[in-house]
Amino acid sequence: MNLSLHYPILLIVILFAGAYLTPLLGLWNKKICFPIAVLSTLISAVLSVVLLFSVLENNIVSYYVGGWEPPYGIELTIDPLSSFLSLVVAVIGFLAVVFSKNYVGHEISEKKQPAYYSLLQLIIGGMQGALMTGDLFNLFVMTEIFSISGYALVAITQKKGSLLASFRYLLLASIGTTFILFSTGFIYMLTGSLNMEDISNLLPLIDNPWVMYSGLVLLIIGFAIKSALFPLHTWLPDAHSIAPSPVSVLLSALVIKIGAYSIIRVVYTVFGERLSDGFGLIGVPLSWMASMAILVGSLYAIFQTDIKRMLAFSSIAHIGYILLGVSLASTLSLTGGIFHMLNHALGKACLFFCAGAIIYRTGIRNIADFAGLSSKMPITMAAFAIAASSLMGVPPASGFMSKFYLGLGAYQENWIFLAVILIGSLLSGIYFFKVLAIAYFSPIKEPDSKIRGPELPFSMLMPIVILAIASLAFGVLEDLPVTLIEQAVRLLLSN
Amino acid sequence: MNPVIIRTITRVLVPFIQLFGLYIIVHGPVSPGGGFQGGVVVGSSMILVALAYGLDKAETMANHSYRIIMDCVGSLVYAGIGLIGIAAGGMFLQYGIIPLPFTPARINNLMIFLIGSAIGVHIMALVLSLFLHTAKEAEIDD
Amino acid sequence: MIELLPPNLPYFASIALLLIGLYAMITKRNLIKKIMGLNIFSTSVLLFLIAMGYREGGAPPIEVEGVTHYVNPLPHALVLTGIVVALALTSFALILIINIYKEHKTLDSEKLTKL
Repeated sequence: MNLSLHYPILLIVILFAGAYLTPLLGLWNKKICFPIAVLSTLISAVLSVVLLFSVLENNIVSYYVGGWEPPYGIELTIDPLSSFLSLVVAVIGFLAVVFSKNYVGHEISEKKQPAYYSLLQLIIGGMQGALMTGDLFNLFVMTEIFSISGYALVAITQKKGSLLASFRYLLLASIGTTFILFSTGFIYMLTGSLNMEDISNLLPLIDNPWVMYSGLVLLIIGFAIKSALFPLHTWLPDAHSIAPSPVSVLLSALVIKIGAYSIIRVVYTVFGERLSDGFGLIGVPLSWMASMAILVGSLYAIFQTDIKRMLAFSSIAHIGYILLGVSLASTLSLTGGIFHMLNHALGKACLFFCAGAIIYRTGIRNIADFAGLSSKMPITMAAFAIAASSLMGVPPASGFMSKFYLGLGAYQENWIFLAVILIGSLLSGIYFFKVLAIAYFSPIKEPDSKIRGPELPFSMLMPIVILAIASLAFGVLEDLPVTLIEQAVRLLLSN
Repeated sequence: MNPVIIRTITRVLVPFIQLFGLYIIVHGPVSPGGGFQGGVVVGSSMILVALAYGLDKAETMANHSYRIIMDCVGSLVYAGIGLIGIAAGGMFLQYGIIPLPFTPARINNLMIFLIGSAIGVHIMALVLSLFLHTAKEAEIDD
Repeated sequence: MIELLPPNLPYFASIALLLIGLYAMITKRNLIKKIMGLNIFSTSVLLFLIAMGYREGGAPPIEVEGVTHYVNPLPHALVLTGIVVALALTSFALILIINIYKEHKTLDSEKLTKL
């Protein structure tokens, strides 16, 4: 029995089995929920590393669930983009579970902890499933799994605004879900198949383009609601700022990337051969919406006083960068967009972990009260500074490399996009430097009596340090991810 | 409302509703129905008991720990049957290859029936849990 | 153009329900009416999927001896999944509404967004 064939499905099944084992064993002993969650996410992370090496050898790994051949059965297709993002999801998911060990007693009541760990594993498992699937309807089901887990995780603390934030997220994102199902129906009606590769072979034979275009537009709108593109972003600031910090990391660094990945997958793989010479009619509005997202997100972030709300608006701006890269459809801009997915995931995860650590230690959420934190929590503020410089685009941190690729690709298209990227980076410099200036250079107003003992427990310190080092490392050693991303982009654009 | 009428009718009807729900679950592969639909019917029979006799009586029918156990075991059986497919040498959820002394079509039928029953148990516990949690939360003193 | 109506009636009904559901979700102020709009919206898409799978003179997709012309059974599987998703969304939203009422004592979305 050759187990290495089955790594794709084992990745997903171990997470779902762990999600259902956690409440069962939580009935018996509540302390055992955390080890189960850590074990299942650790095994998933190891399997995703092995899968990455396997994909580097043979370009595409595919797996037929149930033994049925592709047009009849569900197929899992893993190409370089999928395995790259799957590694990012697995590692950041594992770090979020580790961070929750001490943080969870702070905000969530004791009897909800088995449910919390179970929902964490469900959301990571849903994201891995959405990344690996090669079937359009399976993508819809996995998107639903991680979305509903997201609504539940936002509301789990039952703090003052969290129920309303979760309700608003639910209302808006379920419109997106229904649009995705609707356009899956359109595509099935046109081609008679639900498998992505099969559809991409059958679509060039259709000669009535309007049903196909409306299917494509509905799919893009549905996934754009999930990834909070500019006019459809109103659910994001409340949901990401009120959620507990490990959940903010998962939502902001990973879930909105899966929305952007789904747009890439649908446009380039499914509809690829039908949309010749770039996007034409659909790419232009998408790139303008992405540019507005960069400017609006950065502008709103400057005026926020709560640190997590500022980071949430910054996420809206960075999704604008990623989707600008995706919609311009040239090799350089697509490389920049996908590389920015990695950098924003690492940087934003580190920033939200730092914010969570600050809230855990001192209870401070207002930026104006950050004075003197550089001496009370030195490692946390150093990691915050490194991650902030990565997101601002300061060399040698990794954000500089991805914005460089994006800028080059944008200039080839239209100089306005390059101007938007530069203005966006300047605005992000304003709000990040505000935080760093208050933390490092403001005089302490009154002696603080809330700090006692060491800075942070080890389980909270480790994710922060690992992510900060990774943000710096991928800027210096940028050919490691870039060779993989270029292999992915060549495969995507070869249609 | 006179509770005697409701309680008498409930006492007569609930076994038939549960039998019908079980019929829908068991005939999953053959006729309309299957695990999810049959589970909802059986769960709604328990909601009928809760409405007629009060929440505590329904709680004694399936209390909190039993509901969690039924919930989780249902989904773990689904994953387990998929993994049996891997152990027998095929792909995930490929049950035609399991070395039992039946034809592959019969084995498929049997495994779909087992998965359907596990899902039926899961959904029954879920529907009852949803109703009981909602009703308990909504006990507001105005 | 009116001869397009009779064979395509399910599709027209599905789009009408979709628009009614969207209208209810956007304009009604009571949160429970918004959830009813969400339900109508989900159901309209399921109607569209089943209408798409219909074949003229086909039998229901259950294996009976002697029948060879069935309707397309694949959309029925998609619709079953859609019903489960709608169940999960509606039940979660209703529990959220109960907790919102306990906390804020109002279900009016205008008053709630002023907080």
